[in-house]
Amino acid sequence: MSTTPTTADQPQIGTARVKRGMAEQLKGGVIMDVVNAEQAKIAEDAGAVAVMALERVPADIRKDGGVARMSDPNMIEEIIEAVSIPVMAKSRIGHFVEAQVLQSLGVDYIDESEVLTPADEVNHSDKWAFTTPFVCGATNLGEALRRIAEGAAMIRSKGEAGTGNVVEAVRHLRQIKNEIAKLRGFDNNELFAAAKELRAPYELVKEVAELGKLPVVLFSAGGVATPADAALMRQLGAEGVFVGSGIFKSGDPAKRAAAIVKATTFFDDPKVIADASRNLGEAMVGINCDTLPETERYANRGW
Amino acid sequence: MSTPVIGVLALQGDVREHLVALAEADALARPVRRAEELAEVDALVIPGGESTTMSKLALLFGVMDPLRKRVADGMPVYGTCAGMIMLADRILDGREDQETVGGIDMTVRRNAFGRQNESFESGIAFQGLDDVPVHGVFIRAPWVEEVGSAVEVLAELPAADGPDSRVVAVRQGNLLATSFHPELTGDHRVHAYFVKMVEEHLAGA
Repeated sequence: MSTTPTTADQPQIGTARVKRGMAEQLKGGVIMDVVNAEQAKIAEDAGAVAVMALERVPADIRKDGGVARMSDPNMIEEIIEAVSIPVMAKSRIGHFVEAQVLQSLGVDYIDESEVLTPADEVNHSDKWAFTTPFVCGATNLGEALRRIAEGAAMIRSKGEAGTGNVVEAVRHLRQIKNEIAKLRGFDNNELFAAAKELRAPYELVKEVAELGKLPVVLFSAGGVATPADAALMRQLGAEGVFVGSGIFKSGDPAKRAAAIVKATTFFDDPKVIADASRNLGEAMVGINCDTLPETERYANRGW
Repeated sequence: MSTPVIGVLALQGDVREHLVALAEADALARPVRRAEELAEVDALVIPGGESTTMSKLALLFGVMDPLRKRVADGMPVYGTCAGMIMLADRILDGREDQETVGGIDMTVRRNAFGRQNESFESGIAFQGLDDVPVHGVFIRAPWVEEVGSAVEVLAELPAADGPDSRVVAVRQGNLLATSFHPELTGDHRVHAYFVKMVEEHLAGA
């Protein structure tokens, strides 16, 4: 990051620093999927740092099938009205017009999400073209860096949304962290080949090798259902968590939401996690990921 | 004089960036999540983040009251963005039940500059530093709507929509607050200013 302030700089909106900086403010927090204003308020009451406004949580998208699209603007606006915390919303992969609509509605972050049905099987949206920052999913480091090259200001490991099963979230986060650790050990000669192998811009690969982390905030998503799941993702190196179906598909959403917030902050304190895990009622039922057919794996969408 | 130990309230927010900035400004920096950890630091930074989340966790985990007591006893505290909200005696556009630590006699309006699309960065003159403006990064930022007589205004931004300017940095005694995030710029002069406040406080104590 540049350290030299210039004397004559005029206010500038939509800069990389402002977009990435927004995600820095969410760190250590929980971002919760909500489908209406009432759920958004429950999330805010529970201590969510932001809500993700969408028409159906991933578990229902799986159940209902069909094409999943951007939510109704009315519903997004109702949620924006209902809470004072940031509101995110999802566009389909490559559907930059949905993203334009979300920007015009004033959402604080756009999730170009594999949970919705992709609109383009080759191209993701050019995220530099927007004032609103984007978060994108990734299953590995190369994918994360390609999204950042396209302008993503925040990355979430994909996991497998709507399953209530944390196994894919763990796989993807470990993959990203392992690949970063490997880059740390490379010398300059090796970084060119690494960039080629990762199919990512050399400049970003070099930056990651130097920083030992992504140049943007890294959250985890896709399968977190319990306080211990959230704490696990934090201990594995996620800077915060997205919880989709896990909260509002459970027996007592308000209680579970508050418990996941506590466990996310005190992720390294088993006593706090134990207390947070007591009497939460039923967790969402969950799906075994190894029985999911390839075509129903959202993580395979995006490239 | 020994190096001051400065905590960063690590309930939620951009803790890491403040730890780095404080270390660069020659303080010993460490995260603080519990009352016991608070008792071991000479001063505290309340980072940027989501003020509703931070306030809720501070109450739930018993940090709010010990923090209020330390503030009343004169501990230096620096709050950025959400941290500024936490140091305000009065807030506007917060949640109805939102509690703050308080300490600075000011009214702060939450998200006053607007939503993320209105977030911006801008050069800004800062009283008490050299003549080079600091680079202010304002993210869904609050501003100070009104201050009491004991509060010193350190920085103001011209308002986009009229002749008034917006107060974005203040100091009252050992408490410092900015609407913006020096921790995101790599320019650690505001943190150095705070470290100096802490050193002066410790020397006088």
